Amino acid sequence: MKVKPKIMKGEELPGLLVNEIGGMHGILHDHVEFLKKHFCLITMKEFLENKKNMSKKVQAVYLWWHKPVIDKDLLQSLPNLKVIANSGVGMDHLDLKLVASFGVKMANAPCAVSSSTADTGMALLLASARRLVEGYHVAVSPGMEYCEADFLGVEVTGATLGIIGMGSIGYKIALRAKAFEMKILYHNRTRRKEQEEQAVGALYCEKIDDLLCQADFVMVVVSLTPQTHKLIGKREMELMKPTATLINISRGAVVDQEALVIALRSGVIRAAALDVTYPEPLPRDHPLLKLKNVIITPHLGIKTDKATRMITEEAVENILAALAGLPMPSEVHPS
Amino acid sequence: MGQRPIYVMAEQDLPGLLIMGIGGTHGVQESLAALLKKHFSVITMKELLENKKEVGKKIQCIFVSEFRPTIDQELLESLPNLKVIGNSGVGVDHLNLKMISNFGVRVTNTPHAVADSTADMGMALMLASARRLVEGSQIAVSPDTNYFAADWLGVEVTRATLGIIGMGRIGYKVAQRARAFEMKILYHNRNRRSQEEEQAVGACYSEMEDLLQQSDFVMLVVNLTPQTEKLIGKKELGLMKPTATLINISRGAVIDQDALVEALQNKTIKAAALDVTYPEPLPRNHPLLKLNNVIITPHIGTATVQATHMMAEEAIANMLSVLNCQPIPSEVFPQ
Repeated sequence: MKVKPKIMKGEELPGLLVNEIGGMHGILHDHVEFLKKHFCLITMKEFLENKKNMSKKVQAVYLWWHKPVIDKDLLQSLPNLKVIANSGVGMDHLDLKLVASFGVKMANAPCAVSSSTADTGMALLLASARRLVEGYHVAVSPGMEYCEADFLGVEVTGATLGIIGMGSIGYKIALRAKAFEMKILYHNRTRRKEQEEQAVGALYCEKIDDLLCQADFVMVVVSLTPQTHKLIGKREMELMKPTATLINISRGAVVDQEALVIALRSGVIRAAALDVTYPEPLPRDHPLLKLKNVIITPHLGIKTDKATRMITEEAVENILAALAGLPMPSEVHPS
Repeated sequence: MGQRPIYVMAEQDLPGLLIMGIGGTHGVQESLAALLKKHFSVITMKELLENKKEVGKKIQCIFVSEFRPTIDQELLESLPNLKVIGNSGVGVDHLNLKMISNFGVRVTNTPHAVADSTADMGMALMLASARRLVEGSQIAVSPDTNYFAADWLGVEVTRATLGIIGMGRIGYKVAQRARAFEMKILYHNRNRRSQEEEQAVGACYSEMEDLLQQSDFVMLVVNLTPQTEKLIGKKELGLMKPTATLINISRGAVIDQDALVEALQNKTIKAAALDVTYPEPLPRNHPLLKLNNVIITPHIGTATVQATHMMAEEAIANMLSVLNCQPIPSEVFPQ
């Protein structure tokens, strides 16, 4: 008589290390059930409490909002780690070379991210142009009874939009902006194909200066690399029109924040709208928080129910492919 | 000495135009006043009231901007040579058209100048509400904020369903913009649009009930008439999805505001974004001002430098056409 050994269902599934479930930077509760279908979820707390037993089980790590932090110590303690999946598209928080040196693959989640982030960019552009946040305060403030006839914003329809970074997010912004009859200029490491340019009516500016001096709205949509660090500084802002708006949906460090404060205070540019800052959040006494002509949002980027769901689905797809030795949909290699 | 009389005569040749005032909270912008002075002898309400008998005779036109000056019987009786009221803006629900017509005075509006700006505002409010932009901006600057919660989410705009109630010039421009966000577009209108027009924006004609039941975002873009007053009441709000957002860029009175408060408090609908209310502004103790799932803006649908100029130009062209007995581009008639 054969006795079937009792195998706990959870133990069959590969171990997936996550920072925590719920809480400040944890995996969303809504996603847990889906993840548990494919993996045995191990939180950092569980891992640290029982390193000896847990370390061999972990075959994958799912980063949510850049956590857990991947350093040499962690990589050394995970001998069976095969893949790290990142929620989101930016990989600037990861040492790609270090991870690769351990023979670990990496993936990001570009598909889920692009539409939501493009929507965030347009939301900020419109809100800044039409002084929506200021207007809200006028409308609900106990003291304000009238809206001054000279409370005016600037027109979006027909204005010139300069997109710095024309990757998949930048291109989706161009598609949206076109519907507002905006004139679109773009600057990118590489030029897009003619058909792609024509589809959105975008003009390539080989020199970023040409884009900066013509645009009414400058939207920064690059990934953060050593080359794009402080890409927009004093010089770039002074090239911009004094009536222009700067919108940043990439990474805080792409903009020289101190130079931005000066530019906004002295009217070098009209306004700024920042979904990202360095650090996040800014210290509570930072001058950017006090300027009237700035809108700051708490890294809205992809924070929607649908987008976050898609990101987790994309991550799972990548992890399962890596564990099965199959090509990964969105593998990222060190440059 | 020789030049001055000519200047004075030239000014006297220009038809008299009454405006509320220049500058300040309720007056016309300085730059617009300068524009008006090119074609008219501009007279302020203050100047009229100081010498009704003499000054009243000179006035042939009135430029109504932000609903001022108020046109009542007393005013009309004091202006024996009044020929036309040129309204800045497309809505004329604040004007008693029958009464004005009885005095033999024509009324014109500015449908072309308002369309793009108002459509842009509709999109701005939809995106701001969906992505919780105003709430987010408050979190970003609040002294109590020390982190951005990972589970703080908005709703997706891309590929959601937008129901447009009122598919006139402005509604159609909203559809053009929404299409670029890959939104599914339903619309309801007194008259159906042509097949080509529908296909150009991918819009499906719907009965009101179907539109309300299927939409993630419901946008009101009708003009205010006896038929559209309280168009959206308890029944209509009850038909909407509990995850849906109501956006109003038409007139406050199109919505039953008490029913809206109840619907928002009971979570019958998810949120509302209103550029218009009844009255404007709302009394400071109104419940709508306290709900955190409402964005209110102070009727800034056309509040841009460019739009206000275009509106003044359109009004000027309309008024001059009346004085010159030429075809009138945008005359409005009593129902």
